Amino acid sequence: MSDSVYMPLLDLACGAFLLAGVLVLWRRDLAAIVRLFALQGAALAALVIVLAAHEGSAGLAAAGVAVGGLRAGLLPHLMRRALVAGGEGQESRPLVNVATSLLVAAVLAMVAYDASQPLVRLTPTPATQAVPVALTVLLVGFFVLVTRRRALSQVVGFLLMDNAITATAFLTAGGVPLVVELGVSLDVLLAVLVLQVLTLRMRAAFGGTDLDELRELRD
Amino acid sequence: MISPVLFPLLAACGYAVFGWRAATAWLGALAAAGQLGAAVTLAVATTGQPRTALSGLLRADALSAFMLIVIGVVALLAMLASPSYLAADLAARRTGPRATRRYGILTQAFVAAMALAVLAASLGVLWVAVEATTILTAFLVGSRRTRQAVEAAWKYVVICSVGIALALLGIVLTHYAASHAGLPPAGRLDWAVLARDAADLDPGVMRIAVALLVLGFGTKAGLAPMHAWLPDAYGQTPAPVSALMSGVLLSVAFYAILRVKVIADIALGPGFIRTLLLIAALASLAVSAALLLAQRDYIRMLAYSSIEHMGLVALGAAIGTRLAMAAVLLHVLGHGLGKSVLFLSSGHIQQAVGSSKISAVTGLASRAPLLAGAFGLGLLALLGMPPFSLFASEIGIARAGFTAGLGWAVAVALALTLVIGAGLLSGGRRMLLGPLPPGGTVPLAPPADGAIRLARSAAVPLVAGLLACAALGVAGGPLRHLLETAATMAGATP
Repeated sequence: MSDSVYMPLLDLACGAFLLAGVLVLWRRDLAAIVRLFALQGAALAALVIVLAAHEGSAGLAAAGVAVGGLRAGLLPHLMRRALVAGGEGQESRPLVNVATSLLVAAVLAMVAYDASQPLVRLTPTPATQAVPVALTVLLVGFFVLVTRRRALSQVVGFLLMDNAITATAFLTAGGVPLVVELGVSLDVLLAVLVLQVLTLRMRAAFGGTDLDELRELRD
Repeated sequence: MISPVLFPLLAACGYAVFGWRAATAWLGALAAAGQLGAAVTLAVATTGQPRTALSGLLRADALSAFMLIVIGVVALLAMLASPSYLAADLAARRTGPRATRRYGILTQAFVAAMALAVLAASLGVLWVAVEATTILTAFLVGSRRTRQAVEAAWKYVVICSVGIALALLGIVLTHYAASHAGLPPAGRLDWAVLARDAADLDPGVMRIAVALLVLGFGTKAGLAPMHAWLPDAYGQTPAPVSALMSGVLLSVAFYAILRVKVIADIALGPGFIRTLLLIAALASLAVSAALLLAQRDYIRMLAYSSIEHMGLVALGAAIGTRLAMAAVLLHVLGHGLGKSVLFLSSGHIQQAVGSSKISAVTGLASRAPLLAGAFGLGLLALLGMPPFSLFASEIGIARAGFTAGLGWAVAVALALTLVIGAGLLSGGRRMLLGPLPPGGTVPLAPPADGAIRLARSAAVPLVAGLLACAALGVAGGPLRHLLETAATMAGATP
């Protein structure tokens, strides 16, 4: 693939990846948040496939398809099922309102750009120059995790962080070894399943999944 | 070399097929005994040269073998205590056959995952095994399905998964630095290869990677500031699982930090990770001291004591001399033994009294002398009293600290340890001594005179754990060589 095609495609995939992550902060409808998460998974898969086409690596392309299957297909499907079983469509009032959240996201992006300078400096290729985008999504995911009050939103926050780490792995060194990648994917999948079961139990015990209710244990 | 992972896995299959019944109840203990035997054999075999298996996927050196011994010993104590613990729960209808079968499968798989973590040659596989322990223990933490149990399980899974995700980012960045340094693709996450070529790794990238790895694995090791899951989780977990989680899981996560430390010491110089570990150590000790002073719940009291001991271990690792590292490893084993005894005996107390409040337990010394004796001696062991081995290891860490010029940190740590000791002692005193409860006010205590009966099979692991901890303190000689070799593997500076 020539650079004139590769660069815009890479930028497009990274842009979609970042946009989907930031838009999670904007929406309060849980179904829309899951859709955005699926969109981000698709952007991540596209990103890996673009990298594969650039390097002409069939293995990397296969990894991209697998990433897409897990993160744009299976995980959103599981979350949608949890959503249907729960019947709670809306995020309750978040700790930080939408406008402030978006401003915070801008600050986080600057922090991510600053923190990733040593990473970009090591090999300034177009791919590594996109690492700050991945780190921004990581910080946004963490922000979602600490400010949102619904169990499902916290799961999405965790998965945004995980998407960001996967993106970093592919952008910096074409992914980690296969054994590790498989193990990581399996662990993430199981973690989501565990959290889904815990959500159901939470609904049975507390009558809802508002995490503000979790205040039985403290010192 | 695969056998330490294989034994518990086979036992897990056994529980999956046959369930938890009288004939299979001791299967876990059998697997743990086999694992311990395999670990000792491995320790003898690896004193000279590390060994690999499964085409380089697993590697064992003296440090892995030592950690396997710790896992085997604590798993043996916990599995010896499990049959009587579950029998009491079944008798009180707090659990059923499905839950006990799941208990058998999950605890064995949990032990297997820890064994895999210390045998993994690749940091990536190590990460996968450590995250697997979180997933496997999630349903053990939340097994009671009460509000508290669900809350504890949720916090546990979310905080640990997020923390460990940061460690994954650290691993990804290490892989990046390694591939840029031209390491062969198969060795880019192998801790031995990374340590050998650590001088070629880019310091700018490694600084971020090491900070993330310490923070991430530190979460799982119960080090401040990411310790919040720990007291909640232990309070809602069956006692033998608490013993496993506190006695070894924390140390297995810390083992990962030790492997990272070897790489970081060469790539960044010893100062960087020493600073990180010192901050984590002193913060953990401070958190533990602050929350122990007015603690009203004895299981949470033990949990904060675990945070304290991981803080001491981190302090020893920050000092990093040969004496300090050997003391750290001895401390890990001693803490595993002492804390298991305490969690197991507190589990029996909780079953008899029906509450984990300190105020609900009074006059234990006259109601259940053996149980009270085990609990009291266990507390003394944790306070670092001779003859228990924690005395020797704490003295070792302190001496090494003063020699290495970190006397101020040791002094602060000792002051905080005194506060913690006062908190533990006052809690223990209220439980063991105190007036006898007037007859009938204590729910679930079976006999009318308020005595608590302890099954003989439940007493064995308590006594054995205390004896082993004391024997280790009096005559640690046979372990000395292993400790020193393992300390060298953990990057001890002379």
